[in-house]
Amino acid sequence: MDAIILQILNGLDKGSAYALIALGLTLIFGTLGVVNFAHGALFMIGAFCAVTLNRLLTLSHQVVDETRTDFLGNPLKVDIPYVQDLFGEAAGATIIDWSVPLAILFSIPVMIVIGVVMERGLIKHFYKRPHADQILVTFGLAIVLQEIIKQLFGANPIPTPAPEVFRGSLDFGVMLGFDPNAIIYPYWRLVYFAFAAIIIGAVFAFLQFTTFGMVVRAGMADRETVGLLGINIDRRFTIMFGLAAAVAGLAGVMYAPINSPNYHMGMDFLVLSFVVVVVGGMGSLPGAVLAGFLLGILESFASMNEIKAILPGIDQIIIYLVAIIILLTRPRGLMGRKGVMED
Amino acid sequence: MSKTTLSRRGLLRTGAVAGAGVALPTIFTASSARAFTNEPTGGSVTLGFNVPQTGPYADEGADELRAYELAVEHLNGGGDGGMLSTFSSKALDGTGIMGKKVEYVTGDTQTKSDAARASAKSMIEKDGAIMITGGSSSGVAVAVQGLCQEAGVIFMAGLTHSNDTTGKDKKANGFRHFFNAYMSGAALAPVLAKAYGGDRKAYHLTADYTWGWTQEESIKAATEALGWETIETVKTPLAQTDFSSYIAPVLNSGADVLVLNHYGGNMVNSLTNAVQFGLREKQVNGKNFEIVVPLFSRLMARGAGENIKGILGSTNWHWSLQDDGSKAFVKSFGTKYGFPPSQAAHTCYVQTLLYADAVQRAGSFDPCAVAEALEGFEFDGLGNGPTLYRAEDHQCFKDVLVVRGKENPTSEFDLLEVVEITPRGQVEYAPDHPMFAGGALGSCNPGA
Repeated sequence: MDAIILQILNGLDKGSAYALIALGLTLIFGTLGVVNFAHGALFMIGAFCAVTLNRLLTLSHQVVDETRTDFLGNPLKVDIPYVQDLFGEAAGATIIDWSVPLAILFSIPVMIVIGVVMERGLIKHFYKRPHADQILVTFGLAIVLQEIIKQLFGANPIPTPAPEVFRGSLDFGVMLGFDPNAIIYPYWRLVYFAFAAIIIGAVFAFLQFTTFGMVVRAGMADRETVGLLGINIDRRFTIMFGLAAAVAGLAGVMYAPINSPNYHMGMDFLVLSFVVVVVGGMGSLPGAVLAGFLLGILESFASMNEIKAILPGIDQIIIYLVAIIILLTRPRGLMGRKGVMED
Repeated sequence: MSKTTLSRRGLLRTGAVAGAGVALPTIFTASSARAFTNEPTGGSVTLGFNVPQTGPYADEGADELRAYELAVEHLNGGGDGGMLSTFSSKALDGTGIMGKKVEYVTGDTQTKSDAARASAKSMIEKDGAIMITGGSSSGVAVAVQGLCQEAGVIFMAGLTHSNDTTGKDKKANGFRHFFNAYMSGAALAPVLAKAYGGDRKAYHLTADYTWGWTQEESIKAATEALGWETIETVKTPLAQTDFSSYIAPVLNSGADVLVLNHYGGNMVNSLTNAVQFGLREKQVNGKNFEIVVPLFSRLMARGAGENIKGILGSTNWHWSLQDDGSKAFVKSFGTKYGFPPSQAAHTCYVQTLLYADAVQRAGSFDPCAVAEALEGFEFDGLGNGPTLYRAEDHQCFKDVLVVRGKENPTSEFDLLEVVEITPRGQVEYAPDHPMFAGGALGSCNPGA
């Protein structure tokens, strides 16, 4: 029992990341009709927003410490961050410690700008082209973005820790009456799950309860008619692209403390997120969220030793296996609408 | 009845293609004027540096390349000479190799076996490389070693830690200076038993490929010999990035030690996840829970940040060593590049010097003569104390470092502290040891 609860918990944070990325993918697909293979790269850039802010906050000047020596025997140069000069040592250290949550504020405008530039500069030229062309150009874009990040930050993962207060883990088992250590879960992953829930809620509320959201939903249902009513739907869709980029970016920022960001983390999530979108149903936002959590939890279960003892290697194929079964029984995915991608 | 439609043009075309095809693979059927593959005829000799320049190990590859460039500079008489002055063999004098100026070409392994073989092949066939060296993965090392054996050039392995490289996949043309998984186990186990006691229950997470398997086998055997019990060994996919679902069951399994047989990005992520789950603050079986990373790399450890503090592991070499060879190398490398070299850089630099020295002593670039000069070669002054290149399997035997993640690093390079220098005698094994059984060196291939 405790093992099952543990794996459900485990699936939640992975599912959160899948759901956030898939949500953006579906938004873009539903509004613009573009299959965006560069979406994983946006997630990765989000994580590097956290790295960048951390770098900016730790920008330092060097002070020579005559009492200590470096590896060549010369006096040691100690780095003092400018932030500590500005705000004092303790406050400066706290600001650096909280760099990941601060990066949320930093990343939103950055990601929206990147998203809008991507859409206006490149992707809009491919609206009328076949899906295969769109996939090729966005995939190429993903590789370009990935190589730029590698050029700037190197190939190794860069540690980006969560604030001190969120390190360590919560002993869930004791709260539920199990033995100590039976179900432990890191604080930051719980924060990630809560954060994802808030973002998903916010996106749905935005689409459901604002005029802008209403127009976008109408455009998703029938773009031509909305255009005929004199509404500039293209501009709204561009903004949606920026928003979808911001959602992927936020998912990346908050993911940075879970796994040290590296340049190919986007690709690791991209393929799975596509499976999530297809399983959820192309163009269905609730479907994407549902499928994200479902597949995340299934993946966790499949890597349990007890299950792997019966079906070795199941952890690597479970997602695809389930995707095949769902698509065979429900060809439009869990919550797919009729008419989407069927022309 | 079949109908033949052979035209004059068709016949000519077929003939031309067939002729070109026969003439193409020169490395296997090279002209008889040369005694061996790529025999240098002019005033220079070309070495092929095959390192990961793209892909996840690109940073390690870049450090290897820096070391190679430094070695070439020193061989040609430039710079401060580095380890040439501390090397026990005095055959090299800074005038290149056998009076020929050393030049080099580079290839990109991408840490993929097929790409690594293609780049090595291109350097041998197109650029005339007489020796191939480098690499940052055992899968790649085994693949390139096989290719060099067929092509008739010497392969001086870079960073490769799997037992198989000089075990079941050993080749007469291949040589490894780097230590291996067996040696890590033999060096690490006594330190672990001393630090954590003889009554421990271990849980292994292992990268699912040749290196991971041999390391798990080695560490398991070495720790069980000292009284530890192995509760469970779990293979993790190489492409895994989030290890939480593998880490989560560890605490409840009754184990009180987690052994991470992971390298590179895998190591960074699994260690980070394990620390996030609070494993190191837990008490199991009345003891502090401990994590062990048997193969440490400083370059990779940087990615794990604070999480490596206090964690034990082993390494081939570390820049803080105080012998003359290490100090000379750190000084030339640090002066040229501004930071200390990694263990990958060290083994690559040393391999280049060892090759050049063997050619010089043999008086020939012939791979068979070079191999003979390396076999059974005893040397010192290259940073690991007295070392033997064993003739039976082309593995170097030398001291092994047991290291611990440093609690109070003074810089971003100062991440590991040396806990113990395990003497060579303790990590030696018989050439027919079961963990290394199954292959044969065969005979050296001069190609041509």
